[in-house]
Order: sequence, then structure tokens, then C-alpha cells
Amino acid sequence: MFSLGLTGLLVRRDLIFVLMSLEVMLNAAGLAFVVAGSRWQQADGQIVFLFILAMAAAEVSVGLALVLQLYHQFKSLDVDAMSEMRG
Amino acid sequence: MAWLWLIVMLPLMSALVLAVLGTHFSRRVVAAVGVGSIGLSSVITMLAAIEFVSAPPVGRAYTQVLWTWINVGSFQPHIGFYLDPLSLVMILVVTFVGFWIHLYSAEFMMHDEGYSRFFAYMNLFVASMLTLLLADNLVVLYLGWEGVGLCSYLLIGFWYRDPMNGLAARKAFIVTRVGDTAMLLGLFLLFTSLGTMQIQDLMRRATEDWTVGSTLAVTAALLLLGGAVGKSAQLPLQVWLPDAMAGPTPTSALIHAATMVTAGVYLVARTHALFELAPAAQFVVAVTGAATLILAGCSALTQHDIKRALAYSTVSQIGYMFLALGVGAWSAAIFHFVTHAFFKALLFLGAGVIIEALRDEHNIFRMGGLSKQLPVAFWTFLIAGCSLAGLPFLTAGVYSKDLIIWSAWAAAQGHPAFWIAGVIGALLTSLYTFRLIFRVFFGPIQTPVTKRPGYVMTVPLVILAFFATIGGWVKEPLILLLQSTLPMTIETEAAGMTETFSEVVVALVFLSGLYLAYLFHLEKRELAEGALRNPVARMIHAWWFADWGFDWLYDRVLVQPILWVAQVNKNDFIDAVYTGIARLTEAMYRSLRLTQTGLVRWYAAGIAAGSVVFLAMVVFP
Amino acid sequence: MEVAFYIAGAVAIIATGLMLRDWNVVHALLCLIVSLLAVAIVFYVIGAPFVAALEVIIYAGAIMVLFVFVVMLLNLGDSAVAMEKEWLTPRSWTGPAVLAGVLLCEVAYLVVRGTEAHIGMGMVTPKQVGMMLFGPYLIGVELASMLLLAGLVGAYHLGVRTTHIVEMRHARDTDTRRVTPSGGLVLAGTDRPPRTP
Repeated sequence: MFSLGLTGLLVRRDLIFVLMSLEVMLNAAGLAFVVAGSRWQQADGQIVFLFILAMAAAEVSVGLALVLQLYHQFKSLDVDAMSEMRG
Repeated sequence: MAWLWLIVMLPLMSALVLAVLGTHFSRRVVAAVGVGSIGLSSVITMLAAIEFVSAPPVGRAYTQVLWTWINVGSFQPHIGFYLDPLSLVMILVVTFVGFWIHLYSAEFMMHDEGYSRFFAYMNLFVASMLTLLLADNLVVLYLGWEGVGLCSYLLIGFWYRDPMNGLAARKAFIVTRVGDTAMLLGLFLLFTSLGTMQIQDLMRRATEDWTVGSTLAVTAALLLLGGAVGKSAQLPLQVWLPDAMAGPTPTSALIHAATMVTAGVYLVARTHALFELAPAAQFVVAVTGAATLILAGCSALTQHDIKRALAYSTVSQIGYMFLALGVGAWSAAIFHFVTHAFFKALLFLGAGVIIEALRDEHNIFRMGGLSKQLPVAFWTFLIAGCSLAGLPFLTAGVYSKDLIIWSAWAAAQGHPAFWIAGVIGALLTSLYTFRLIFRVFFGPIQTPVTKRPGYVMTVPLVILAFFATIGGWVKEPLILLLQSTLPMTIETEAAGMTETFSEVVVALVFLSGLYLAYLFHLEKRELAEGALRNPVARMIHAWWFADWGFDWLYDRVLVQPILWVAQVNKNDFIDAVYTGIARLTEAMYRSLRLTQTGLVRWYAAGIAAGSVVFLAMVVFP
Repeated sequence: MEVAFYIAGAVAIIATGLMLRDWNVVHALLCLIVSLLAVAIVFYVIGAPFVAALEVIIYAGAIMVLFVFVVMLLNLGDSAVAMEKEWLTPRSWTGPAVLAGVLLCEVAYLVVRGTEAHIGMGMVTPKQVGMMLFGPYLIGVELASMLLLAGLVGAYHLGVRTTHIVEMRHARDTDTRRVTPSGGLVLAGTDRPPRTP
């Protein structure tokens, strides 16, 4: 799952898709944690997943707000077009 | 004689004063200071001479030590002056002739800028020359040596606004530098092997420690000869003197005729003991002198610039002096120096008058008929020319020249070949001298005279002419005087020739030169032009005109390669290390810059790749 | 139970793959939601019911809804679909696929090398999780709350539409400074001629 998410992140140029791939990656990481916690029969895995979840929520909200701003400024969602570096 | 140091100090102080404050004085004051210092020096010298002759000091030499200059271990040269007949004669001539030349230049340079600068340089030159002549040890001598070299450079390039003058000055300095380096090596050699720099001590130790013909002696003598050759413009370092005529005429008169160029002669005469220990070196001296005098005579015959002709004449006459030194006729060389100083300075000053009068015309083929226009210049020039060429009985030059030519045959190291060279040289001298005189003073007037010289310029001419005439009568007293310092010329049995015979030959040669010059340059001038139509003659003429190709040779062999090396080395290979570092950094920068694309996905890919690598490192150690 | 695990896992992976390849944003979002739900099932199967519930509620419920709202606000339309089609060439898949593939191999290797384990060994109850949360991980909880606060403030500020006015005000301020007569330093370099003193 993580690899899929990574692939999606690298391939797609639409900003929304980039964020979605990011979510997938986070989810995959959390999945790994929970499975590990279940394997050792400890609650830590789930707790970490909880934190990951909270972080993902915060990140998504801020990220989407940024997406809105960027869309205003650049009038497109192309990640490559938003590079302002010259040379 | 306790005032010996004043002789050197007066011109030196005057030079300093003029250098620092000269521009604030009026021209009169500057002239008074500049000329007066030399005059005072001359007076003191004459007083010292009188005292020396009437009440000679112990050992016929007077030493005055001022202070210790350097004190390093066993090397302790002091500033000391040494007065013996040799140096006495030389400083007499230098100060006396120098005084009249300074007086002349007071008017000659009146309309040039840098009046005080000129006198400062000239005085500094005289001070250095006197230091050289009066030096007690070789270090002080070298000090004076360098000083005169410096002043020569400054004075040749006096009119610095013209870059050609600067080039000529640099050429003079560099060529004499070559000689100076040889001399310095000689000084090092002498010090390390004999342990002292004091000239008299040195000579004594050398005769004690070294056998005749030992390698050390020959090497040291040859090295010192190298320095002498450079300063006196002999073969192979004679190339600078003709170009040095770019300086003002009084400079040419003082430095390059009468005094500085004879420093080499003085050096060899001073260290005569060394040369006597190295017959091979002495032979080289003689050969150098003989070759130079013929070579320069031929070149003088083809020149059309009056000053250049006189310059080559100087080279030739110093060749005579070297020839005399080389065959062991020490006093004859000094005698010739004395007479030469007078008539050569006179020739140059006369040339200066002519050049000024014709408004800076140097080409003798554009002069003519000045005998009526500039009478004083004409008569004095004529007297000096006859002295140079060797008019029998009446002039001073003939006595010294005869003595040298006779010694070339009769002295212990003499050789008939030297005698023949001397005679040929006399012929050439007569030829070119009268060529000059006939071209400049006779014939139709081509360039009109616009300026007549004033008294300040003509009086020195007359005085010098007087001495150029009577100078020959001091021959016997002079040689007697010099006997205490310079060894007598050993005269072997001259096979088949007496002195009179030699003198007659020289006189005949003089007359034939006179006649030929008269023919080619006065009566039938078409002959001269006709001779040049022959291509062979033209080639020889061009070759002699270019100083027998020495300039060309040095250019090809020395100057061009050095310039090429400098050009190649402009892209310094050492610099390449530093630029290489810079370029490496730049390359790294450029390659790193490619990673800063601003594309988010590239960065993410970078992170992914990095994590792959790290994982690999952990998983597969 | 194990069958359910494998089926749910496969669904998750397939749904994610579909999501990646989809050109329409909304369709992709729906695929993603399916994937998340599948993962929730996986969580339940391996005995973490609390997290399964959380996954559904927060991840699929809140975060995905945010996405949908933003897509709605952006109002992309068909032009976006065309653009996406243009951008997604097969060639552009190769590089990232290789990279991700390598990563996958490495992790798989690590996993396979590990010890054997069974699925559904036991359940970790919500009570256990709660005990840990109030115990050792209390500081984590506090930090998470601060993070959420920060996210909230940031999202609000970034979402505000008054940037235009702010820009205008900023520009006007600097302009007035440029017009000040005594501003010699400021005028240097501009194409206005300097005032003579």
C-alpha cells in the first residue's frame, strides 16, 4: 500500500491526487503499526495509529486550505506549474 | 688630504639638495649649486694632488676610513677612500672635465623642463663615479659601480616622455646588468677564496696564495672582466652605448665618453695583480680590446647620426685602452684615458652645439658648411678630431695612441697581430673622424644655423681644446707618477721595429685616412655615392651600420625566447592549481543545482530514493 | 476469519490501484473511500476493533468528506479530466513504479525474514487502549490536541478570502513611502529622477 501511495505521489500532477496519495501512504503506515501491535498483543500499535490519524486530519485540513489558495493564485492544480524557481 | 671625503660628499649633498628642493629654486641657483659643487670638488682634488705630489704620504698611498659599513662575522667592509696615483689621476680628470661639462650644460639645458632634476642626476653620477674611483675595498667600488649604472639609466631616459628614450635607458641598464652580475660573482669568488675585500690586501694575498695561471685567478679575473666589459661597452656587451645617445648631449659627454665607460678600464687597472696572475685572462682582455676597436671603427664609418658615430668612436677608443691593459701596458691605458676624456668630451660638446644650432638635426648628411657659421665649434671640433685621429706632435691623442700601438708590439704579452689591429684601428679612426668633420663643417650649407652658443657653452669648449692639445706633454711625468701603483710595461726586444718606426707608420696611416676622407667626403662626393651602388658594398655598409648584427643576434637568441617563455607562462601552471579548485567547485555547484528544480515530485522522489538506499544499507549490510 | 482478512486486503489494494489510475477526481475519491473501508475490515479482523471504528469515522468519514468539499469548491469540471488524461502517459509511470517497487521488495524481504505469526490471535480491547492513553501516552494526547488546534487556526487563516484587500493595503503603504520627499535612499535605483537638493 505504501508503495502504491508512493507511486501515486510521484506520478500524478494534480494536487488533489497528490494529497490523496499522501493519505494512502499515511494509512498504510498506520496499518503497519496496528498489525504490529496486534501481533505483540499490545495497545501501543493502536495508540500510535490514533496519533497518526489526528496528524492526518490536521494535515489534510491545512493542506486543503493551501490547495484553495494555490488554486486562486495559479489558476490550476498542476504541481509542476507551481514551481517558481528559475534555473 | 683629510678633506678627501669632501670630494665625494660635495656632489652627493648637492644632488640630494637639488633632488628634494630643486624645483623651488630658480634656474640660476640650481645651476650655481649643481656646477659649483663639482667645481669645489675639482678644486679640492687639485689641492690634494699638489699635496700628494709635493709631500707624498707613506707608501705613496693615502687611506681614509670613514666608518664600518657592514659588520657580519668575518665580513666587515668599511667606507674607506684610497688615494694613490692611479685614483688621483682619475679623479682629477673626472672632476675637471666634469666641471666644464656641467658648466656647459647649465646653458645647454636651459630650455628643458626638469632642470634641477638633470643637475641632481649629474651630481649624483659624479658622486658615484668618485666613490668608485676612490674606493678602498671592492664593496664600496661596487656601490659606486651600481650608482653610476643607475644614474646612467636615469640620464639616458631623462626625456622620459618619449618611450624610445625609456627603452634605450632600459637596454643600457639591462646590458650592463649582465656585466654587473659577472662582476658580483667575481667579487663573491674573491671574498670566499681570499677572505678580504680590501683591494690592496686582496692583491697581496692573491699574489701570495695563487700561482700564476691558477684556475681561481683566471676565473675571478674573467668574471671581473665581464663586469668591465659591460660597463665599458666592449664586445660582446657594446650594444647599449650607441642607443644611449638618446640622452642629453652633456650626459653623453660626461658619462658615455669621459668617465663612466672608463670605469671598466679602472677596474682592470686596479686589480692588475689579479690579471698578472692570470695571463689567459689578460690575453682575453687584449683580444677583446683589439676586436672591439676594429669592429666599432667600422661601424663608426657608416653612421649618419653624429652622436652615434661618436659613440662608436668611444667604444673603439676604449678598445684601445683594453688592448693596452691586455698587453700589460697599464700606464699607457691610463694615459690614453686622460687624453681621451678631454678630446671625446670636447667632441660631444661640440656636437651638442651643432645639434642645438641646427635645431635638433643629428644627421650629418644634412649638415654642411658650418666652419664659417660656428667658428668656435669648428676649431675646437677640429682640434679634438685631430687629437682623436692622431695628428702628430700637436695633439695629445697621438702620444697616447702611439704608446699603446707600440706596446702592442713590444710588450711582453704583445703580439704583432695586436699591433696590426692597432694600426688598422688608427686608419679607421682617422677615416671616420675626418668623414665627420668634412661632412659637417665643409661643403654647401644644407641646414641653416638658427642658434649661436653663448659664452657659457663656448668657454668649456675652448678650455677642453687647450687640454686636448697640451695633454700629450704630460706623458713622461704621468708615467713616472703612476709607476708606484702600476707596474712598468716590460718591453722585450722588439724584433725588427723601433718605437719611431711604429710612430711613423701611425702618422702615415693618419695621413692616408685624412686623404681618403677628403676624397670621398669633400672633393668628389660622387665617389662615396658611387661606392654605395655596388651591392656588396651596400651589404657591408648595412651590416656595419647595424653594429655587425649584434642587436639582431641578441634579439633572436635572448630576447625573443624570454618573451616567448613569459607569454607561455602567462597561463601560469601554478595558477592552474587555484583555478582548478575554483573550477571544481563550480562544477560541483552546477551539478548540485540540478537537484533544486522546484518540483515537488522530484523532491519526493529524492526522499524515496534516499529511504531505499538507507533501507538497503540496513537490510544488506 | 483469515479469508476475510485476505479478501479485505485484496480489495484495499485494488481500490488504491484504481484510485491512482482514475482521471476523474470524484471517482478517485470514491475508490479511496472503498479502500479505507477495506482497511477498516482488516483492522477488525486482526483484533483491533477500536481502531477499525476510528478508521471509519475519522478517516473515511471526516477526512474524505473534507476532500469532497474542496473538490466541490474548486469546481473543476471536464477540462480537468482532459488535463489529467494528457498528463498520465504510460511512460511517466515507469520511474516511480521502479522506485516504489524496489521499496516494496525491501520491506517484503524484511517482513518475510521475520518470525511467523498468526492472524486473529486475540483482541486488543478498547479498554486497554483507553488505559494506555490515560497512562503512559498522556503527553501524546495533549500534543495531538495542540496539533489539531494549530491545524485549525492555520486552516482558517489560509481559507480566508481577504488576501486581495491585504495586498492592496500593502501596496498602497509602500507607494506612499516612495513618494516621501526626503526619501533619497528609497528613490535611488528607481527610474524617477532624484530631486535636486
